[in-house]
Amino acid sequence: MLDYLVRRILGTIPVILVISVVVFAFVHLLPGDPARLVAGMDATLEDVAAVRKSLGLDGPIWDQYWRFLSHAVQGDFGMSLKSRRPVITEIGERLMPTVWLTVFAMVWATAAGLLIGVASAVKRGRWQDWGGMFVAVSGISFPSFWLGLLMIDLFSVRLGWLPTGGYGTPAHFVMPSFTLGLGVAAVMARFTRSAFIEIAREDYVRTARAKGVPEQTVIWKHTLRNALVPVITMVGLQFGFLLGGSIVVETVFTWPGLGRLLVDSVAYRDYPVIQAEILLFSLEFIVINLAVDVLYALANPEIRFR
Amino acid sequence: MTLSAAASPAPTPLVQVRGLTVEFATEEGALRAVDGLDFHIDPGETLAVVGESGSGKSVTSLALMRLVEFGGGRISAGSILFDGSTGRRDLAAEPLEAMNGIRGNEIAMIFQEPMTSLNPVFTIGEQIAEAVRLHQGANDRDARAEALRMLEKVRIPEARGLLDRHPHQLSGGMRQRVMIAMALACRPKLLVADEPTTALDVTIQAQILRLIRILQEEMGMAVMFITHDMGVVAEVADRVLVMHRGKKVEEGSATEIFARPRHPYTRALLSAVPRLGALAGETLPRRFPLVVIEDGAAGVAGSTTQSPPQDTVRGDRPLLEVGDLTTRFDVRKGLFGGLTGRVHAVEQVSFDLRAGETLALVGESGCGKSTTGRTIMQLQTATSGRIAFKGRDIFAMAPAERRRLRQKIQYVFQDPFASLDPRLTVGFSIAEPLLTHELVPRAEIDDRVAALLADVGLLPEHAKRYPYEFSGGQRQRLCIARALACEPELLIADEAVAALDVSIQAQIVNLLMELQEKRGLAYVFISHDIAVVERVSHRVAVMYLGQIVEIGPRIAVFENPQHAYTRRLMAAVPIADPTRRDRDRPMLEGEIPSPIRRLDDLPVVRPLVEVAPGHFVARHPIGDFT
Repeated sequence: MLDYLVRRILGTIPVILVISVVVFAFVHLLPGDPARLVAGMDATLEDVAAVRKSLGLDGPIWDQYWRFLSHAVQGDFGMSLKSRRPVITEIGERLMPTVWLTVFAMVWATAAGLLIGVASAVKRGRWQDWGGMFVAVSGISFPSFWLGLLMIDLFSVRLGWLPTGGYGTPAHFVMPSFTLGLGVAAVMARFTRSAFIEIAREDYVRTARAKGVPEQTVIWKHTLRNALVPVITMVGLQFGFLLGGSIVVETVFTWPGLGRLLVDSVAYRDYPVIQAEILLFSLEFIVINLAVDVLYALANPEIRFR
Repeated sequence: MTLSAAASPAPTPLVQVRGLTVEFATEEGALRAVDGLDFHIDPGETLAVVGESGSGKSVTSLALMRLVEFGGGRISAGSILFDGSTGRRDLAAEPLEAMNGIRGNEIAMIFQEPMTSLNPVFTIGEQIAEAVRLHQGANDRDARAEALRMLEKVRIPEARGLLDRHPHQLSGGMRQRVMIAMALACRPKLLVADEPTTALDVTIQAQILRLIRILQEEMGMAVMFITHDMGVVAEVADRVLVMHRGKKVEEGSATEIFARPRHPYTRALLSAVPRLGALAGETLPRRFPLVVIEDGAAGVAGSTTQSPPQDTVRGDRPLLEVGDLTTRFDVRKGLFGGLTGRVHAVEQVSFDLRAGETLALVGESGCGKSTTGRTIMQLQTATSGRIAFKGRDIFAMAPAERRRLRQKIQYVFQDPFASLDPRLTVGFSIAEPLLTHELVPRAEIDDRVAALLADVGLLPEHAKRYPYEFSGGQRQRLCIARALACEPELLIADEAVAALDVSIQAQIVNLLMELQEKRGLAYVFISHDIAVVERVSHRVAVMYLGQIVEIGPRIAVFENPQHAYTRRLMAAVPIADPTRRDRDRPMLEGEIPSPIRRLDDLPVVRPLVEVAPGHFVARHPIGDFT
């Protein structure tokens, strides 16, 4: 197990390096001279040279990459062009709201998805199955910005129950996390259903019944425990989906998170912030997948003891 | 075992089944899998239920457990009276929830596939203890202690260490022991065993059959033993129930059924069964007596004719020469995938084969027989050694010549369901090698395919159909037709009849022998089934741990086996004759040893010793034989 863990962690190093190259190259791949763009059309050549130096775009390319990498490792991504504050401070303020939003969304979506998926699988072909899958398909089909706006209209404007946006109290979490998690819950429900149906056909489920195990135990212990193995992988992939989705949801609900920071930075061409955010999102995804692999190994003894 | 004979006249049956009918809902209406079945099981006796695939024998056992409902079936008529601890109850009429108190408690079941019948995420100990907790209300500690006691009872060495292991760490034979431990944990009155040894090697099968019998005597339980293998029936059964297409064909004591089968279907089934010793005293192989099982208006009919011996070996020079062939696989482990050992799949194997000759490679799982075949076919790279076809070393050939050689050596695989592309017509599958190798002008392809289909006993119009329209036996014929398309001179048949019903198996074996006679084909016949091997082979090579331990003419190896392993292997084969059963014969104990060795630990290989003309035996220590 420890062996497996160490191998998995070492395996992420090349991935992180490749991502750092892509993020570094990002500024160079933009059309035109980024230093000129940042400094403005009417800046003098000296100004442009100064901006180029402050962006770390002077000197040979490998030297630039090396400086970028060594600074990034220390958490130094330079200054935000918009706010003139260190990028790391900027991101630090926005990190936790996004983390809490995605975690809340993930937790409820996984729980609901599992329940609906198992219920649909057990009552396969009956009305519970049709109902569950109707909800799931609707959840996948609903665009989150549209759903978000509809909910604001109903619960905030008409009924006045929930705040239209912002961050702070638990009430602020309800609509954003629901909107963000709905698609994930739907995917989890469909995926759990098919995984469960497949496992339910396995010989060892029949063995459990042959032992006289009551049906509820057959479902929740013998079948679901095995169906969880593929479902865990799905959770990891869905986290990536959530990180992307948070950009839309944070904008709709004016959530002070990383997603909205990214949107704002793109609008302002705030390259240092964009670079740092892409790197951060990629790292999050890698860490989450690493965690998923560990969970996967815990759920699956064939990997744990290899 | 023989309680029924010893007990007072006509004991009350433990199970009395009357008019049992099981239906499955399909799109074409209700499919009747079991139709008005009557039988009984006495306390302590073993009833064997035999039949071919589709006979309804497994459905009957699942109906008895009321597990058939979970597979989409329904008991539409009949009763299953069971003499349980709470009096006589009709299991067919019990509510499903009430069955939880009976299943695993009074009636337990073991299944065919030990590899997939245990839950991979729970420990062995937990899986056995669960049954004890459920039915005996034991606490965790007592249940665990009972699990340990059961593991010891099924003769698992170091049982204590096994409690906390997971199923994937165990071999098939060990898993079946665990299944038995689990089933018997609550001392059921009836054990339903559905093909419990079919997936196991013969020596492991012999161990499991003996174990079931010993435990049956100790616990005084009855056993309902479902099998397609008449050898196993003869080995275990007190009484036999023969099923065909959901109906009872015949029921009687084992000795009676084997000695005087009354129904034509039973007779046909028995004559199709390969019996070890059927060709005793004959030097040449001989086809199965022709068996026709038809289910027409007149009912089931069977007829038999004798065939002449297979005298087909031609030529003085060998067609195929294999010298010191070695195939090893690397085993990599640890942080950086370092090489820690090797699988010694094939270790310095040498033999030759002439045109029209059949050499059988026999042995148990992991002995290297399939890898040998695959290496000759060049599906697997050899580590070292020499393979020559018609005197030409194939490792020395240019790639183009080696590709042409592929036409001359063809392969027939075990699973006829997996080896035909489901989305192509069978005509296309057969024509494909002809097109690839440009053997026949395009205009003549259809005629050629038709001729090949006729050769394997199918019709030209079958070419337009898809694989799903054919039965297992027909598909294996198609695979043979495809293999024959390139006019091969050597056919490697890797367990080619293992997945087929006995009557079909006999037909395919006869077809192979007929083709050998017509075309002078040489066969490498890879099989674990000793009785089939006796039928088809001119010579036999017995493999163990990657090495040939004994090779020679079939009559010499079968009637005068020189290596201890050959003798044990032969002794493990169940004989389809209940009067000849010897339940205390010596057998191989323990597991089949692993061919994986550390890097610095090379196996000892020495030349075989000739004990009689053409009969060679290993005299050096291999594995458990020193």
